[in-house]
Amino acid sequence: MAESIQIQVNGEERACRADATVGGLLRELAIHPERVAVELNLEIMDRKDFDHRSLRQGDRVEILGFIGGGAPVDAQGLGRGVVYAK
Amino acid sequence: MQNDRLIIAGREFTSRLLVGTGKYKDFAETKKAIDASGADVVTVAVRRVNITDRSKENLLDYLDPKKYTILPNTAGCYNVEDAVRYARLARAAGVSDLIKLEVLGDERTLFPDTAGLIEAAKILVKEGFIVLPYTNDDPIVAQKLVDIGCPAVMPLAAPIGSGLGIRNPYNLKIIMEMIKVPIIVDAGVGTASDAALAMELGADGVLMNTAIAGAQDPIAMAEAMKYAVYAGRLAYKAGRIPRKLYATASSPIEGML
Repeated sequence: MAESIQIQVNGEERACRADATVGGLLRELAIHPERVAVELNLEIMDRKDFDHRSLRQGDRVEILGFIGGGAPVDAQGLGRGVVYAK
Repeated sequence: MQNDRLIIAGREFTSRLLVGTGKYKDFAETKKAIDASGADVVTVAVRRVNITDRSKENLLDYLDPKKYTILPNTAGCYNVEDAVRYARLARAAGVSDLIKLEVLGDERTLFPDTAGLIEAAKILVKEGFIVLPYTNDDPIVAQKLVDIGCPAVMPLAAPIGSGLGIRNPYNLKIIMEMIKVPIIVDAGVGTASDAALAMELGADGVLMNTAIAGAQDPIAMAEAMKYAVYAGRLAYKAGRIPRKLYATASSPIEGML
């Protein structure tokens, strides 16, 4: 049993196996690697490196994908335009 | 009108209506509205993937990237550094170099920070991005963006999501006359007549999100926008009559009793 390390994924603390790779983490999270970008310690990764880069203690991983968007929205999902009339 | 295609950076589009995918009730409604709009280009935002609830569906399950051109944006970025970072992430997550560049200056108006926009555009064009900048209705800034290498310019009609329509048709008209790349009027459209007016002024396309997604019946409004953009384009190509203060009779006087 490999020892466990602490990493941060999308801002949340998470434990993972010391021999885990970025690709392994994506599989564990059931995330399709073709549809996301991964930023590791502020460096954007090449997809072909996902399975080769081992995770290290304290790594900060950001996993981003596409969501609905056109205009920025606030927390309630509403636009911020000034309302003149209903 | 059959061969009247919108061409941006060598890519041909049948529809001159570009739509956003935000603010819909769910992905099913998003898909229906986009289908009804006839748009080829759909904008998306880049955000953290939800890692705690993986049962959530993915937008791309509903929007086939083979059928639509996915145009990621840098919405929500208020400085050059963030906008460049999001653009790079979008390219890493996606399939193309297209980016709708937004560098916002202020939360209340969501007006572009044009100085930041120019700086970010320079960086991204150098990195090989196809930069479609969301900008103010300022002809000088528009020209600077073209000089940098943006293959289209997207001036606003009114603040994002405001629905105020075309607030400064004269500036937009000057941009359309001065600028030799496609002009996409982006943001501020409220209803079909606004979209038609933008096209009648000579815009090459209109990009909108809230006007459709926020309508009582988004799918019906999407269809209305499709026809509005088409009608406006036809009217522009047809060439309108000049405005005159007094009447001109349509029926001949000759042959009257």
